[in-house]
Amino acid sequence: MNYNHSAPFIEMHDVTYFYPGAEKPALDKVNFIPDKGKVGLIGPNGSGKTTLFHIIMGLLKPDNGQLLFKGQPLAHEKDFRQLRREVGLLFQDADDQLFSPTVLEDVAFGPLNLGISPAMARKAACQTLAKLGLSDLVERITHQLSGGEKKLVSLATILVMEPKLLLLDEPTNNLDSSTRMKLIEILAGLKLSCIIISHDWDFLAATTAEIYAMENGLLIRSGKSSLHNHFHVHSHGGYPHEHGG
Amino acid sequence: MTFENFSQGNSILHKMDSRIKIISAVALAAALSVCHDYISPGIGLLLGVIMILTARLRFREVFWRLLLVNGFIALLWVTLSLTYPGDSLFSFGPLRLSKPGIELAALITLKSNAIVLFFIALLATSTVADLGHALEAIGTPRKFCLLLLFSYRYIFVISQEYLRLNRAAKLRGFRPTTNLHTYRTYGHLFGMTLVRSWNRAGRVRQAMTLRGFHGRFYSLNVNKAGLNDLLFLMFTVIIVLGFVFIEFK
Repeated sequence: MNYNHSAPFIEMHDVTYFYPGAEKPALDKVNFIPDKGKVGLIGPNGSGKTTLFHIIMGLLKPDNGQLLFKGQPLAHEKDFRQLRREVGLLFQDADDQLFSPTVLEDVAFGPLNLGISPAMARKAACQTLAKLGLSDLVERITHQLSGGEKKLVSLATILVMEPKLLLLDEPTNNLDSSTRMKLIEILAGLKLSCIIISHDWDFLAATTAEIYAMENGLLIRSGKSSLHNHFHVHSHGGYPHEHGG
Repeated sequence: MTFENFSQGNSILHKMDSRIKIISAVALAAALSVCHDYISPGIGLLLGVIMILTARLRFREVFWRLLLVNGFIALLWVTLSLTYPGDSLFSFGPLRLSKPGIELAALITLKSNAIVLFFIALLATSTVADLGHALEAIGTPRKFCLLLLFSYRYIFVISQEYLRLNRAAKLRGFRPTTNLHTYRTYGHLFGMTLVRSWNRAGRVRQAMTLRGFHGRFYSLNVNKAGLNDLLFLMFTVIIVLGFVFIEFK
């Protein structure tokens, strides 16, 4: 495949998606070319945010419109395989992502699938866990981890694949404040691009440089200045906006 | 729910290669289950107790597990001694205690307890994860091993999901009794648990696909049997041959 490395990493053109049996589209002619760096995606429940991620990853196939990866159209399962090596998706529920008996095995699962030797996979897994400060979890049984630990370990299972773009689906859901702070710290330290779905305004303010809003399957881009540098629960609700004065 | 109560420990049995333990437990259990006299099961029971001692397991918990098994066996004592044909040991009106029935019940009791002790000492001292990989390593079909590992991983999540639904029902005043409403509610609870598990299975599959899964599990652990494992395997072979010898002498 001839990838054009100067083309945007991901491009969505007029993508429409209907869930089977639905009358209204979950995504309605969405055009989305995320900038490099960290981007936030905000919107009410059921507005199509998770669907957007699943379309990018090829878990759902759009009914209409086009999806490009480094300038190349994605159509078949085969096209998505390369994309999945370079784009990582962190699921909302960490229990969906951690299925191996132990933490080490789970983090090593991806590298092993890519055909890396067990010794190298073990090393890569340990290094990733160490980078996230999770070294003491290596031998733990995954279902016995706390909710926060599960979230951080599932992030490790994605990072070990060395993605260039990270999609995070409501990463701060059900996290206590110390794990949340840790996640902010980790994301700030990552040099890769991210798209983050969240209802957590302060979290987005701390981690992203640009915010998109979704409602009823429509995507709205906000101005860069819409993000403010203060930390409080926002009284203006679910839309990016500019502050007067 | 708690599982794997015995899997953590430092005894020789805990450190042994899971493959050897599975092979030994199955071989000993198979040999014992077909014996006809009391000598081999007696030796087996003694051996089981010695293994439990070697594994340094908490007596109280082992005792509770044995009690559970013997609860079922108590039923056998009642039915076999009352209904088995043969000489009667004792009769009282229409009731008749059969001598061969009691002998058979005693034999079953000896064998079952010995086998349960083997399984506790040998298999419960490994984690389910290790057992799954070991089963694959000794040639059990991969699908079966995956089924075992996934059931084990998600049984907690599914039980939590069920408990959550159950709690929600309880908080809205649901009290189970014997009426149609109760049966219907339980039907809904189970049905909902099933639907949620199904949906979760779909999401887990997606997560696996995204990380490059294509139907094959690769293991991180390279099993290596040490000297202790080989000695134990030889010991098992000798015991099993001994059982065979006693049976056919």
